[in-house]
Parts: sequence; C-alpha cells; structure tokens
Amino acid sequence: MTSKTSDTVQPDRSQHDHVHAQPGQAQPGDRLEVSIWRGKRDGGFKQYAVELRENQTVLDIVTEVQRQHEPSLAYRFACRVGVCGSCAMTVNGAPRWTCRTHVNQVIAGNQLTIEPLRHLPVIKDLVCDLAPFFEKWQKAGGTFKPTKSRLDKPEPIDPQSPARKTANAAIECINCAVCYSACDVVGWNNDYVGPAALNRLWTLANDKRHADREQVTDLAFQEGGCASCHSHGNCTRHCPVELSPSQSIAALKKSAIFGLPDVE
Amino acid sequence: MINGRQLYLAQRLSAVLLVPLVLIHLALIIIAVRNGLSAAEILGRTRGSLLWGVFYTLFVLAVAVHVPLGVRNVMTEWTRLQPRVVDAFCLLFCLLLLIAGMRAVFAVV
Ligand code: SF4
Ligand code: SF4
Ligand code: FES
Repeated sequence: MTSKTSDTVQPDRSQHDHVHAQPGQAQPGDRLEVSIWRGKRDGGFKQYAVELRENQTVLDIVTEVQRQHEPSLAYRFACRVGVCGSCAMTVNGAPRWTCRTHVNQVIAGNQLTIEPLRHLPVIKDLVCDLAPFFEKWQKAGGTFKPTKSRLDKPEPIDPQSPARKTANAAIECINCAVCYSACDVVGWNNDYVGPAALNRLWTLANDKRHADREQVTDLAFQEGGCASCHSHGNCTRHCPVELSPSQSIAALKKSAIFGLPDVE
Repeated sequence: MINGRQLYLAQRLSAVLLVPLVLIHLALIIIAVRNGLSAAEILGRTRGSLLWGVFYTLFVLAVAVHVPLGVRNVMTEWTRLQPRVVDAFCLLFCLLLLIAGMRAVFAVV
C-alpha cells in the first residue's frame, strides 16, 4: 500500500539551489561578520571577520576561522559532499548541513551566525553529542532484524513493488539530526524519539525482510512515539536530502487504525 | 494495561464522536434559549426523554475520554512532572468528569 497522507509540507528548496547574491547583499571581497558559538551550552558568541568569496560554503567559513583565527575551534565534518551527515549546525537560526549550504543562501546582509544544533548536549563549540539521537533511534525500534542468515539465499525484492517504493522514499537518511534539531516537540518532550527515528521505523514497516515488522505499530505508539508528533512539518522543511519524516509519521499514525501496509 | 496505540485510538475516535455531539449541543442551546425558555420549561422537555438521556450520556463519555487525554499530552510537554503523576492526575480528572457529567444527565432526564 502506498500511503497517501494529508501531509502538505514541502522541503525548503532554497537549501539546495545555488542562490546568487541579492542586491544589497554582501558581494565577493566584502567582509562577513561571522558570530560563532564558543564553549558549551552556557558559552557565548565570538565574532570573526571573514572575506566573502565566490562558491563558499558555511563549512568553508568555519574551516577558515579555525585555520586563520581560532585554532581551538571545535567542529565536525567528514565527507564535505552531503553524504556523511556529520557537519550539521544551526546557521542564522535554522539547522542545515553546512557542507552543502552556500553562504549566499543564508547571509542576512553581511551577518552569519553559526551555532551547534538544538536539543543535543554540546561537547564544545559547534560539536554536539549525538548519543541521545542514536539512543532514541534504538528505542524507536530503528534497528533492522534479519529474517534470514547469510547462509540463506537472499530474499528477492521487487524494486517496483509498492512497499519497496514506499520504503525507498524514506530510506536515504544521512543521520544528520537536522530534523531532530528542527522539531520543537523534541525540545518539549524528553521522551519524544523524534522525526528521524520514526522515519526509519516506517521504512522497516515496509520491508518484508524485517523480522520485527509485527512489533512496528506497538513501537510506533510507545510513550514518546508517533502520537507525540504535532504534524507541523518543520522536520520535512529542513531535511537536507528532501525526505519527509512528517509523512512517514502520518503513515505510522494511520497504522493505529488500518494496520500496517501489505508488503507482499 | 492500556497501551499507547489504544490511547491514541481512544482520543481520535472520541474526537470524531464529539464533532456531531458538540454541534447538536450548541445548536440546541441556541434554539432552546432564543425564546427565553425557563429552567422549568427545559426540564419539562428533557425529563423522561430516553433520546436526550442517551445523547448526553454519550456526550459525557466522549468528553471524559477525550479531555483528560488531551490534558495528559499538554502536561507531558509543558511540565516536568513524572509520567506516573500525570497519569494519576488525568485518571482522577476523567473520574471527576464522569461523575459530574452523569450527575447532570440524571438531573435533567
Ligand atoms: S512534524 Fe512531527 S516530527 Fe516533524 S517537526 Fe513537527 S512535531 Fe516534529
Ligand atoms: S530525516 Fe533528513 S534531516 Fe532527519 S536525520 Fe535523516 S537526513 Fe537528516
Ligand atoms: S561533511 Fe558530510 S554531510 Fe556535510
């Protein structure tokens, strides 16, 4: 069953397009005023002046600050091409993958504010501890349990089957925690597992190779599960890879009434 | 023990039930009071009426399910109270709504 939901939230396309400088906005060669968070949650902002260049990402700015001005600045990145999900930060108030966020998309005048993600403990500067994010992923039941061992023949999966298409639509999560940071309910309710974990659970609900499929609805409706979601869609709006966790959550909610989709 | 899925269903289904019940209830108030009905006249119409008895019993049941569940969600998000405390409070609130509501139903029918 492909699930159609009333979810109308669309990803914010401005995250992906290369936006060129607007009139009145800083031009290449101008000085940017960059405020970067230093310390833990009780830390504060420190200002740095960085030159605006053509084709510069927010991660480039952070790297330049660390190399030229502040060798002790802590931040995290790995792939620099939007695959690993490790570079997420709060940029001018919104959570973003910084390696794929062009500075021109986000500067306000010549101001850039870079903070750690919301809702996670700060280890130092821009680096958060993602342990709670992954613990909730586990709590939500996001771990794949195989029905077969590696000695069995692999289960044939038709890529065109409705269940596989539904799972595929939600599968490309890079675990960046941008949605987790964007979701107000995560901040209000300590138990709430958050959009990424529930999105993951929905992919497992549509995977016939998952041994715990029968438990998915109970897991989805545990305390802090999908019933806590307010459907305001901020997760979907900010997901950098254009997934729709809010749509996955809506589909999980529907399973309370109609049961899980048929995967055969 | 009631699980999360059942609580969710109870809240959604009671909401579905409450939509027509509230509308009829509001319409009734407006129509009944428009010509300045007195309490005695109203009681004259509701006393002994099986229909209104069933209607308002359903109403009270739906409210007693729906409202405490909503309050439970609000308390979970906006207070730092233990889940057990919230559950106990909401169960008491449900009983209070049930008793007060059914008392009112018995009084008018
Ligand atoms: S739709 Fe749900 S999960 Fe997404 S941001 Fe809103 S409350 Fe959070
Ligand atoms: S759902 Fe999107 S925003 Fe959330 S962790 Fe996965 S990739 Fe990041
Ligand atoms: S550094 Fe890997 S996603 Fe940004």
